[in-house]
Amino acid sequence: MASGKEIRTKIKSVQNTRKITKAMEMVAASKMRKAQQRMRAARPYADKIRRLAANLSQANISDYKHPFLVSADKVRRVGIVLVTTDKGLCGGLNTNIQRVALTSMKEWESQGVTEFKVTAIGNKGLGFMQRLRANVVSSAVQLGDTPHLEKLIGPVKVMLDLFQAGELDAVFIGYSRFINTMKQEPVLEQLLPLTGEKLGTPETSWDYLYEPDPETVIDEMLVRYVEALVYQAVAENMASEQSARMVAMKAASDNAKSVIGDLQLVYNKTRQAAITKELSEIVGGAAAV
Amino acid sequence: MAMTVHVDVVSAEEEIFSGLAEFVALPGESGELGILPGHMPLMTRIKPGAVRLKLPNQQEEELIFVAGGILEVQPGRVSVLADTAIRGHDLDEAKALEAKSKAEETLKNQSSQLDYARAQGELAEAIAQLAAIQRLRKRGH
Repeated sequence: MASGKEIRTKIKSVQNTRKITKAMEMVAASKMRKAQQRMRAARPYADKIRRLAANLSQANISDYKHPFLVSADKVRRVGIVLVTTDKGLCGGLNTNIQRVALTSMKEWESQGVTEFKVTAIGNKGLGFMQRLRANVVSSAVQLGDTPHLEKLIGPVKVMLDLFQAGELDAVFIGYSRFINTMKQEPVLEQLLPLTGEKLGTPETSWDYLYEPDPETVIDEMLVRYVEALVYQAVAENMASEQSARMVAMKAASDNAKSVIGDLQLVYNKTRQAAITKELSEIVGGAAAV
Repeated sequence: MAMTVHVDVVSAEEEIFSGLAEFVALPGESGELGILPGHMPLMTRIKPGAVRLKLPNQQEEELIFVAGGILEVQPGRVSVLADTAIRGHDLDEAKALEAKSKAEETLKNQSSQLDYARAQGELAEAIAQLAAIQRLRKRGH
Protein backbone atom coordinates (compact mmCIF):
# COMPACT_ATOMS: atom_id res chain seq x y z
CA MET A 1 0.00 0.00 0.00
CA ALA A 2 1.15 3.49 -0.87
CA SER A 3 2.57 5.62 1.89
CA GLY A 4 0.58 8.42 3.49
CA LYS A 5 2.64 11.16 1.91
CA GLU A 6 2.18 9.77 -1.57
CA ILE A 7 -1.58 9.69 -1.18
CA ARG A 8 -1.63 13.20 0.21
CA THR A 9 0.21 14.52 -2.85
CA LYS A 10 -2.20 12.68 -5.08
CA ILE A 11 -5.20 14.19 -3.30
CA LYS A 12 -3.68 17.63 -3.67
CA SER A 13 -3.19 17.17 -7.41
CA VAL A 14 -6.75 15.93 -7.96
CA GLN A 15 -8.02 18.89 -5.98
CA ASN A 16 -6.13 21.22 -8.27
CA THR A 17 -7.56 19.49 -11.33
CA ARG A 18 -11.01 19.91 -9.87
CA LYS A 19 -10.44 23.62 -9.37
CA ILE A 20 -9.59 23.97 -13.05
CA THR A 21 -12.54 21.93 -14.32
CA LYS A 22 -14.85 23.84 -12.01
CA ALA A 23 -13.58 27.15 -13.36
CA MET A 24 -13.96 25.96 -16.94
CA GLU A 25 -17.49 24.83 -16.17
CA MET A 26 -18.44 28.28 -14.95
CA VAL A 27 -16.78 30.02 -17.88
CA ALA A 28 -18.62 27.73 -20.31
CA ALA A 29 -21.91 28.41 -18.51
CA SER A 30 -21.62 32.15 -18.96
CA LYS A 31 -20.43 31.83 -22.57
CA MET A 32 -23.28 29.47 -23.28
CA ARG A 33 -25.85 32.07 -22.36
CA LYS A 34 -24.31 34.55 -24.77
CA ALA A 35 -24.00 31.97 -27.51
CA GLN A 36 -27.67 31.11 -27.17
CA GLN A 37 -28.60 34.77 -27.39
CA ARG A 38 -26.62 35.13 -30.58
CA MET A 39 -28.25 32.04 -31.99
CA ARG A 40 -31.66 33.56 -31.32
CA ALA A 41 -30.61 36.96 -32.67
CA ALA A 42 -29.86 35.37 -36.03
CA ARG A 43 -33.35 33.96 -36.37
CA PRO A 44 -35.30 36.99 -37.72
CA TYR A 45 -32.91 37.34 -40.65
CA ALA A 46 -33.02 33.62 -41.38
CA ASP A 47 -36.83 33.59 -41.30
CA LYS A 48 -37.08 36.63 -43.54
CA ILE A 49 -34.65 35.42 -46.13
CA ARG A 50 -36.21 31.97 -46.15
CA ARG A 51 -39.61 33.51 -46.89
CA LEU A 52 -38.08 35.65 -49.58
CA ALA A 53 -36.37 32.69 -51.19
CA ALA A 54 -39.61 30.74 -51.07
CA ASN A 55 -41.46 33.58 -52.78
CA LEU A 56 -38.76 33.85 -55.39
CA SER A 57 -38.45 30.18 -56.15
CA GLN A 58 -42.15 30.11 -57.02
CA ALA A 59 -42.24 33.42 -58.85
CA ASN A 60 -42.80 33.01 -62.55
CA ILE A 61 -39.84 34.77 -64.01
CA SER A 62 -39.45 34.17 -67.71
CA ASP A 63 -37.63 30.82 -67.88
CA TYR A 64 -34.84 31.82 -65.53
CA LYS A 65 -33.84 29.04 -63.21
CA HIS A 66 -30.97 29.69 -60.87
CA PRO A 67 -28.39 26.85 -60.71
CA PHE A 68 -28.91 26.60 -56.94
CA LEU A 69 -32.47 25.47 -57.54
CA VAL A 70 -31.68 22.81 -60.13
CA SER A 71 -31.03 19.33 -58.83
CA ALA A 72 -28.80 16.90 -60.70
CA ASP A 73 -30.20 13.61 -62.00
CA LYS A 74 -27.43 11.59 -60.47
CA VAL A 75 -25.31 12.66 -57.55
CA ARG A 76 -21.69 11.75 -58.23
CA ARG A 77 -19.69 14.50 -56.59
CA VAL A 78 -20.58 15.76 -53.15
CA GLY A 79 -19.42 18.77 -51.20
CA ILE A 80 -19.50 18.76 -47.42
CA VAL A 81 -19.35 21.79 -45.15
CA LEU A 82 -18.32 20.40 -41.79
CA VAL A 83 -18.85 22.68 -38.81
CA THR A 84 -16.89 21.73 -35.71
CA THR A 85 -15.35 23.52 -32.77
CA ASP A 86 -11.89 25.04 -32.63
CA LYS A 87 -11.12 23.74 -29.18
CA GLY A 88 -11.56 20.44 -27.44
CA LEU A 89 -12.76 19.48 -23.97
CA CYS A 90 -16.39 19.50 -25.01
CA GLY A 91 -17.31 15.87 -24.59
CA GLY A 92 -18.27 13.85 -27.63
CA LEU A 93 -19.56 16.80 -29.65
CA ASN A 94 -16.98 16.75 -32.44
CA THR A 95 -16.61 12.99 -32.45
CA ASN A 96 -20.35 12.61 -32.98
CA ILE A 97 -20.58 14.95 -35.94
CA GLN A 98 -17.44 13.48 -37.47
CA ARG A 99 -18.89 10.01 -37.13
CA VAL A 100 -22.10 11.09 -38.83
CA ALA A 101 -20.12 12.68 -41.66
CA LEU A 102 -17.96 9.58 -42.06
CA THR A 103 -20.85 7.11 -42.15
CA SER A 104 -22.69 9.28 -44.66
CA MET A 105 -19.60 9.48 -46.83
CA LYS A 106 -19.25 5.69 -46.79
CA GLU A 107 -22.90 5.31 -47.65
CA TRP A 108 -22.68 7.75 -50.54
CA GLU A 109 -19.59 5.97 -51.78
CA SER A 110 -21.53 2.73 -51.96
CA GLN A 111 -24.21 4.58 -53.90
CA GLY A 112 -21.79 5.65 -56.57
CA VAL A 113 -20.43 8.96 -55.30
CA THR A 114 -16.89 9.20 -56.59
CA GLU A 115 -15.62 12.49 -55.29
CA PHE A 116 -15.79 14.50 -52.09
CA LYS A 117 -14.81 18.08 -51.52
CA VAL A 118 -14.76 19.47 -48.02
CA THR A 119 -15.02 22.90 -46.44
CA ALA A 120 -13.90 22.68 -42.85
CA ILE A 121 -15.16 25.25 -40.37
CA GLY A 122 -13.37 24.78 -37.06
CA ASN A 123 -9.98 23.33 -36.22
CA LYS A 124 -11.14 19.89 -35.14
CA GLY A 125 -12.97 19.14 -38.36
CA LEU A 126 -10.04 20.38 -40.40
CA GLY A 127 -7.69 18.03 -38.59
CA PHE A 128 -10.11 15.16 -38.95
CA MET A 129 -10.58 15.67 -42.68
CA GLN A 130 -6.86 15.95 -43.26
CA ARG A 131 -6.25 12.73 -41.40
CA LEU A 132 -8.82 11.15 -43.70
CA ARG A 133 -6.87 12.58 -46.63
CA ALA A 134 -10.04 14.23 -47.88
CA ASN A 135 -9.90 17.01 -50.42
CA VAL A 136 -10.21 20.14 -48.29
CA VAL A 137 -10.95 23.02 -50.65
CA SER A 138 -11.37 25.76 -48.06
CA SER A 139 -11.40 26.25 -44.34
CA ALA A 140 -12.19 28.73 -41.61
CA VAL A 141 -10.58 28.29 -38.23
CA GLN A 142 -10.08 30.38 -35.09
CA LEU A 143 -13.57 31.83 -35.21
CA GLY A 144 -13.47 32.91 -31.57
CA ASP A 145 -16.54 33.08 -29.37
CA THR A 146 -18.67 35.18 -31.73
CA PRO A 147 -19.40 33.92 -35.19
CA HIS A 148 -18.84 36.56 -37.84
CA LEU A 149 -20.42 36.22 -41.23
CA GLU A 150 -17.43 37.97 -42.70
CA LYS A 151 -15.16 35.05 -41.93
CA LEU A 152 -17.56 32.58 -43.48
CA ILE A 153 -18.18 34.32 -46.80
CA GLY A 154 -14.90 33.25 -48.39
CA PRO A 155 -14.92 29.55 -47.48
CA VAL A 156 -18.59 29.19 -48.41
CA LYS A 157 -18.07 30.97 -51.71
CA VAL A 158 -15.49 28.38 -52.72
CA MET A 159 -18.17 25.71 -52.33
CA LEU A 160 -20.85 27.76 -54.09
CA ASP A 161 -18.54 28.46 -57.01
CA LEU A 162 -17.74 24.78 -57.36
CA PHE A 163 -21.42 23.96 -57.35
CA GLN A 164 -22.24 26.68 -59.82
CA ALA A 165 -19.45 25.55 -62.12
CA GLY A 166 -21.00 22.09 -62.15
CA GLU A 167 -18.11 20.44 -60.32
CA LEU A 168 -20.39 19.35 -57.50
CA ASP A 169 -23.85 17.81 -57.69
CA ALA A 170 -24.87 18.43 -54.11
CA VAL A 171 -23.57 20.20 -51.03
CA PHE A 172 -24.30 19.10 -47.49
CA ILE A 173 -23.70 20.81 -44.18
CA GLY A 174 -22.91 18.98 -40.97
CA TYR A 175 -23.12 20.58 -37.53
CA SER A 176 -24.30 19.97 -34.00
CA ARG A 177 -27.85 21.16 -33.61
CA PHE A 178 -28.62 22.74 -30.29
CA ILE A 179 -31.68 21.18 -28.71
CA ASN A 180 -31.14 22.08 -25.09
CA THR A 181 -28.29 22.36 -22.64
CA MET A 182 -28.13 18.62 -22.09
CA LYS A 183 -28.78 17.55 -25.63
CA GLN A 184 -27.06 18.32 -28.91
CA GLU A 185 -27.75 16.40 -32.05
CA PRO A 186 -25.32 15.92 -34.93
CA VAL A 187 -27.09 16.59 -38.21
CA LEU A 188 -26.11 16.47 -41.85
CA GLU A 189 -28.44 18.50 -44.04
CA GLN A 190 -28.61 19.23 -47.70
CA LEU A 191 -27.56 22.77 -48.48
CA LEU A 192 -27.58 22.73 -52.26
CA PRO A 193 -29.51 22.38 -54.46
CA LEU A 194 -32.17 24.19 -52.46
CA THR A 195 -35.14 21.91 -52.21
CA GLY A 196 -38.78 22.89 -51.99
CA GLU A 197 -39.33 21.47 -48.53
CA LYS A 198 -36.45 23.45 -47.11
CA LEU A 199 -37.83 26.65 -48.56
CA GLY A 200 -41.42 26.08 -47.56
CA THR A 201 -44.39 27.36 -49.45
CA PRO A 202 -44.71 30.97 -50.47
CA GLU A 203 -47.36 33.04 -48.71
CA THR A 204 -48.69 34.90 -51.70
CA SER A 205 -47.97 34.96 -55.35
CA TRP A 206 -47.48 38.58 -56.24
CA ASP A 207 -44.80 39.49 -58.67
CA TYR A 208 -42.09 41.84 -57.64
CA LEU A 209 -40.63 44.69 -59.50
CA TYR A 210 -36.94 43.88 -59.79
CA GLU A 211 -34.19 46.40 -59.94
CA PRO A 212 -31.96 46.27 -61.89
CA ASP A 213 -33.18 42.88 -63.19
CA PRO A 214 -34.51 39.62 -61.72
CA GLU A 215 -31.36 37.58 -62.36
CA THR A 216 -29.01 39.81 -60.39
CA VAL A 217 -31.37 40.16 -57.48
CA ILE A 218 -32.07 36.44 -57.31
CA ASP A 219 -28.36 35.61 -57.56
CA GLU A 220 -27.52 37.91 -54.68
CA MET A 221 -30.45 36.74 -52.63
CA LEU A 222 -29.74 33.04 -52.93
CA VAL A 223 -26.06 33.47 -52.10
CA ARG A 224 -27.09 35.34 -48.96
CA TYR A 225 -29.65 32.71 -48.18
CA VAL A 226 -27.06 29.95 -48.25
CA GLU A 227 -24.69 32.07 -46.18
CA ALA A 228 -27.44 32.70 -43.65
CA LEU A 229 -27.99 28.94 -43.39
CA VAL A 230 -24.29 28.38 -42.80
CA TYR A 231 -24.16 31.21 -40.29
CA GLN A 232 -27.11 29.74 -38.44
CA ALA A 233 -25.36 26.38 -38.36
CA VAL A 234 -22.18 27.95 -36.98
CA ALA A 235 -24.10 29.90 -34.34
CA GLU A 236 -25.92 26.76 -33.24
CA ASN A 237 -22.71 24.82 -33.21
CA MET A 238 -21.17 27.40 -30.89
CA ALA A 239 -24.09 27.22 -28.49
CA SER A 240 -23.81 23.42 -28.59
CA GLU A 241 -20.08 23.64 -27.96
CA GLN A 242 -20.44 25.75 -24.84
CA SER A 243 -23.20 23.66 -23.34
CA ALA A 244 -21.40 20.41 -24.16
CA ARG A 245 -18.28 21.81 -22.54
CA MET A 246 -20.22 22.88 -19.49
CA VAL A 247 -21.72 19.40 -19.08
CA ALA A 248 -18.37 17.69 -19.70
CA MET A 249 -16.62 19.89 -17.17
CA LYS A 250 -19.35 19.33 -14.63
CA ALA A 251 -18.91 15.58 -15.03
CA ALA A 252 -15.15 16.00 -14.67
CA SER A 253 -15.59 18.03 -11.47
CA ASP A 254 -17.96 15.42 -10.06
CA ASN A 255 -15.55 12.63 -10.94
CA ALA A 256 -12.68 14.49 -9.33
CA LYS A 257 -14.78 14.85 -6.21
CA SER A 258 -15.46 11.13 -5.98
CA VAL A 259 -11.79 10.34 -6.64
CA ILE A 260 -10.84 12.68 -3.80
CA GLY A 261 -13.31 10.87 -1.55
CA ASP A 262 -11.87 7.48 -2.42
CA LEU A 263 -8.33 8.66 -1.90
CA GLN A 264 -9.20 10.24 1.41
CA LEU A 265 -10.61 6.93 2.57
CA VAL A 266 -7.45 5.08 1.55
CA TYR A 267 -5.36 7.73 3.24
CA ASN A 268 -7.31 7.44 6.50
CA LYS A 269 -7.02 3.65 6.44
CA THR A 270 -3.27 3.78 5.88
CA ARG A 271 -2.88 6.27 8.66
CA GLN A 272 -4.96 4.16 11.04
CA ALA A 273 -3.00 1.04 10.10
CA ALA A 274 0.27 2.84 10.79
CA ILE A 275 -0.94 3.97 14.21
CA THR A 276 -2.21 0.52 15.13
CA LYS A 277 1.05 -1.00 14.05
CA GLU A 278 3.07 1.45 16.12
CA LEU A 279 0.87 0.89 19.16
CA SER A 280 1.13 -2.86 18.97
CA GLU A 281 4.90 -2.51 18.62
CA ILE A 282 5.03 -0.36 21.76
CA VAL A 283 2.81 -2.77 23.66
CA GLY A 284 4.86 -5.69 22.40
CA GLY A 285 8.04 -3.88 23.44
CA ALA A 286 6.68 -3.15 26.92
CA ALA A 287 5.63 -6.77 27.37
CA ALA A 288 9.12 -7.94 26.42
CA VAL A 289 10.67 -5.70 29.09
CA MET B 1 -52.71 59.80 -37.84
CA ALA B 2 -50.70 59.42 -40.97
CA MET B 3 -50.48 56.13 -42.84
CA THR B 4 -47.71 53.85 -41.71
CA VAL B 5 -45.89 50.82 -43.00
CA HIS B 6 -44.22 48.09 -41.00
CA VAL B 7 -40.46 48.19 -41.40
CA ASP B 8 -37.98 45.50 -40.41
CA VAL B 9 -34.25 46.01 -40.62
CA VAL B 10 -32.40 42.79 -39.91
CA SER B 11 -28.85 41.59 -40.36
CA ALA B 12 -27.61 38.02 -40.18
CA GLU B 13 -26.22 38.70 -36.73
CA GLU B 14 -29.07 40.62 -35.12
CA GLU B 15 -32.39 42.39 -35.50
CA ILE B 16 -31.71 46.09 -35.88
CA PHE B 17 -35.11 47.71 -36.15
CA SER B 18 -38.72 46.60 -36.21
CA GLY B 19 -41.68 48.92 -36.10
CA LEU B 20 -43.95 51.31 -37.94
CA ALA B 21 -42.76 54.17 -40.09
CA GLU B 22 -44.40 56.82 -42.21
CA PHE B 23 -41.63 57.05 -44.73
CA VAL B 24 -38.43 55.15 -45.54
CA ALA B 25 -35.55 56.43 -47.61
CA LEU B 26 -32.62 54.25 -48.58
CA PRO B 27 -29.79 54.08 -51.09
CA GLY B 28 -30.99 51.79 -53.85
CA GLU B 29 -28.87 50.23 -56.56
CA SER B 30 -29.97 52.81 -59.09
CA GLY B 31 -30.39 55.84 -56.86
CA GLU B 32 -32.03 57.01 -53.68
CA LEU B 33 -35.35 55.31 -53.01
CA GLY B 34 -38.21 56.79 -51.06
CA ILE B 35 -40.91 54.42 -49.91
CA LEU B 36 -44.30 55.47 -48.65
CA PRO B 37 -47.04 53.17 -47.36
CA GLY B 38 -48.71 51.34 -50.21
CA HIS B 39 -45.62 51.08 -52.40
CA MET B 40 -45.84 48.31 -54.99
CA PRO B 41 -43.90 45.05 -54.45
CA LEU B 42 -40.27 45.66 -55.20
CA MET B 43 -37.04 43.83 -54.74
CA THR B 44 -33.67 45.44 -55.21
CA ARG B 45 -30.14 45.60 -53.98
CA ILE B 46 -29.13 48.48 -51.79
CA LYS B 47 -25.78 50.17 -51.60
CA PRO B 48 -23.82 50.91 -48.43
CA GLY B 49 -25.28 53.98 -46.80
CA ALA B 50 -27.93 55.23 -44.43
CA VAL B 51 -31.49 54.03 -44.14
CA ARG B 52 -33.64 56.94 -42.99
CA LEU B 53 -36.89 56.23 -41.20
CA LYS B 54 -39.58 58.78 -40.42
CA LEU B 55 -41.33 57.43 -37.38
CA PRO B 56 -44.81 58.50 -36.35
CA ASN B 57 -44.96 61.01 -33.49
CA GLN B 58 -41.30 61.82 -33.79
CA GLN B 59 -39.77 64.84 -35.41
CA GLU B 60 -36.29 63.52 -35.95
CA GLU B 61 -35.56 60.82 -38.45
CA GLU B 62 -34.10 57.53 -37.34
CA LEU B 63 -30.81 56.75 -39.07
CA ILE B 64 -29.44 53.25 -39.59
CA PHE B 65 -26.26 52.60 -41.47
CA VAL B 66 -26.12 49.46 -43.55
CA ALA B 67 -23.27 47.96 -45.50
CA GLY B 68 -25.51 47.14 -48.42
CA GLY B 69 -28.04 44.36 -48.64
CA ILE B 70 -31.39 43.56 -50.15
CA LEU B 71 -34.64 45.47 -49.93
CA GLU B 72 -37.98 43.81 -50.24
CA VAL B 73 -41.22 45.75 -50.37
CA GLN B 74 -44.53 44.00 -49.94
CA PRO B 75 -47.84 45.74 -49.62
CA GLY B 76 -47.80 47.01 -46.04
CA ARG B 77 -44.38 45.63 -45.21
CA VAL B 78 -40.83 46.74 -45.90
CA SER B 79 -37.91 44.42 -45.13
CA VAL B 80 -34.29 45.43 -45.29
CA LEU B 81 -31.91 42.50 -45.19
CA ALA B 82 -28.73 44.28 -44.25
CA ASP B 83 -25.28 42.89 -44.84
CA THR B 84 -22.94 42.85 -41.91
CA ALA B 85 -19.88 43.27 -44.06
CA ILE B 86 -19.07 45.47 -46.99
CA ARG B 87 -19.59 43.22 -49.97
CA GLY B 88 -18.50 43.40 -53.50
CA HIS B 89 -17.70 40.92 -56.19
CA ASP B 90 -13.96 41.48 -56.00
CA LEU B 91 -13.94 41.47 -52.21
CA ASP B 92 -15.83 38.19 -52.04
CA GLU B 93 -13.50 36.75 -54.62
CA ALA B 94 -10.50 37.80 -52.56
CA LYS B 95 -11.98 36.18 -49.46
CA ALA B 96 -12.63 32.96 -51.33
CA LEU B 97 -9.08 32.90 -52.65
CA GLU B 98 -7.72 33.54 -49.18
CA ALA B 99 -9.75 30.71 -47.70
CA LYS B 100 -8.58 28.41 -50.46
CA SER B 101 -4.92 29.21 -50.09
CA LYS B 102 -5.20 28.82 -46.34
CA ALA B 103 -6.57 25.33 -46.76
CA GLU B 104 -3.78 24.45 -49.15
CA GLU B 105 -1.20 25.87 -46.82
CA THR B 106 -2.35 23.85 -43.86
CA LEU B 107 -2.29 20.79 -46.08
CA LYS B 108 1.33 21.47 -46.94
CA ASN B 109 2.69 22.23 -43.51
CA GLN B 110 0.76 20.14 -41.10
CA SER B 111 3.32 20.93 -38.46
CA SER B 112 2.34 23.43 -35.84
CA GLN B 113 -1.32 23.79 -34.86
CA LEU B 114 -2.70 20.56 -36.18
CA ASP B 115 0.05 18.34 -34.93
CA TYR B 116 -0.33 19.95 -31.58
CA ALA B 117 -4.06 19.27 -31.57
CA ARG B 118 -3.41 15.71 -32.66
CA ALA B 119 -0.77 15.14 -30.03
CA GLN B 120 -3.17 16.54 -27.48
CA GLY B 121 -5.79 14.05 -28.60
CA GLU B 122 -3.39 11.14 -28.40
CA LEU B 123 -2.25 12.25 -24.98
CA ALA B 124 -5.82 12.39 -23.72
CA GLU B 125 -6.38 8.88 -25.09
CA ALA B 126 -3.27 7.56 -23.37
CA ILE B 127 -4.30 9.15 -20.08
CA ALA B 128 -7.73 7.58 -20.34
CA GLN B 129 -6.17 4.19 -20.98
CA LEU B 130 -3.86 4.57 -18.00
CA ALA B 131 -6.77 5.53 -15.79
CA ALA B 132 -8.70 2.48 -16.93
CA ILE B 133 -5.75 0.20 -16.22
CA GLN B 134 -5.33 1.71 -12.78
CA ARG B 135 -8.97 1.19 -12.01
CA LEU B 136 -8.75 -2.45 -13.09
CA ARG B 137 -5.68 -2.96 -10.90
CA LYS B 138 -7.41 -1.39 -7.94
CA ARG B 139 -10.28 -3.79 -8.37
CA GLY B 140 -7.81 -6.69 -8.62
CA HIS B 141 -6.35 -5.97 -5.19
